[in-house]
Amino acid sequence: MTVSVYEEIAFWILGPLSLAGALGMLFSRSAVHSALWLVLTMLSLGVLYMVQDAPFLGIVQIIVYTGAIMMLFLFVLMLAGRESSDSVVEVLRGQRIWASLLGIGLAGLVVAGVARSLGDVTPAGLDNPAANGSGGPGNVANIGQSLFTRYLFPFELTSALLITAAIGAMVLAYTRKQAKGGKNRQREMVNMRFRENTRPGALPGPGVFATADSVATPALLPDGSIAKESLSRIIETTPVTQIEEDEALADRHPDAHALTGAARDGDDGASIVASPASEERSE
Amino acid sequence: MTPTYYLVLSGVLFTIGTIGVLVRRNAIVVFMCIELMLNAVNLTLVTFSRINGGLDGQIMAFFVMVVAAAEVVVGLAIITSIFRTRRSASVDDSNLLKY
Repeated sequence: MTVSVYEEIAFWILGPLSLAGALGMLFSRSAVHSALWLVLTMLSLGVLYMVQDAPFLGIVQIIVYTGAIMMLFLFVLMLAGRESSDSVVEVLRGQRIWASLLGIGLAGLVVAGVARSLGDVTPAGLDNPAANGSGGPGNVANIGQSLFTRYLFPFELTSALLITAAIGAMVLAYTRKQAKGGKNRQREMVNMRFRENTRPGALPGPGVFATADSVATPALLPDGSIAKESLSRIIETTPVTQIEEDEALADRHPDAHALTGAARDGDDGASIVASPASEERSE
Repeated sequence: MTPTYYLVLSGVLFTIGTIGVLVRRNAIVVFMCIELMLNAVNLTLVTFSRINGGLDGQIMAFFVMVVAAAEVVVGLAIITSIFRTRRSASVDDSNLLKY
């Protein structure tokens, strides 16, 4: 008997929990369920680390693995493969059975080997000062001291690794849509709008509240004529074609002198505002 | 009970991860199984650290975690870009290099 009763209790609770999580991940059809089962396994393992005199690793396990990595998995699942559950079709015949048999065989070999070689080992433990190094008591302080003295070079190498990984992820996630020419920027959109010689600004709003409260009411220009752009062609009741026909019949253009009151030659005062269509609509 | 129990648990978890890599078809789930294998190895390292009475195993597990984090970032980016072009996250559909 080399471990305390509390540790034994913790192991017999958390060990089956982590096994259940692993099996749930293996057998659940939905990938999201797999991820959540794996979170259970990782949390159990984190507590098992803490039980085994590794509180720093336990906390890092919970923060990094379940907090960061598994959430990244879930994000990617929501982006990519949520609906793509596993196909039941076996591409290689009998692959599942063979994989299961070989897996069970591997488990048997590993477990038997470990049990035979280390069956009744007595752990040296990490309580003695010789094991902890010169960092004094405490797991975190000792790990920190080892990291920055004996393992300084590998520790610095991990920074290069992390930077490479970040740049690699950016390169891989870069889409053509963000590349030049894939999607118009604002400057290109402005140039295009003015070059096409169409109306660069916004369309005029409808004449709601001018004479009626219907959005199908056309807006009136200063000279009293109808601003055709203010009529939405989406609204079915908008008689845009009717207005166009009326204008064609009247064969008149907006009166530029309507506001100053100066009469045009041959102007009888009737404006195309008084077209039957707009009268009807304002009722 | 001795710390060997942890090693047995770790071996079983590693095996489950291996079976998952062989059996599952969704690339993201295969990736999760790899993560499970890494976790099992971490448990082994922590246990060996305790058995040997030194912190080297724990530091090794720490480095494994760092490598796993970098690996997850790059791997998920690869899976995302594959999904973007092929509209599928299944490992069976990426067969351009098959023959």
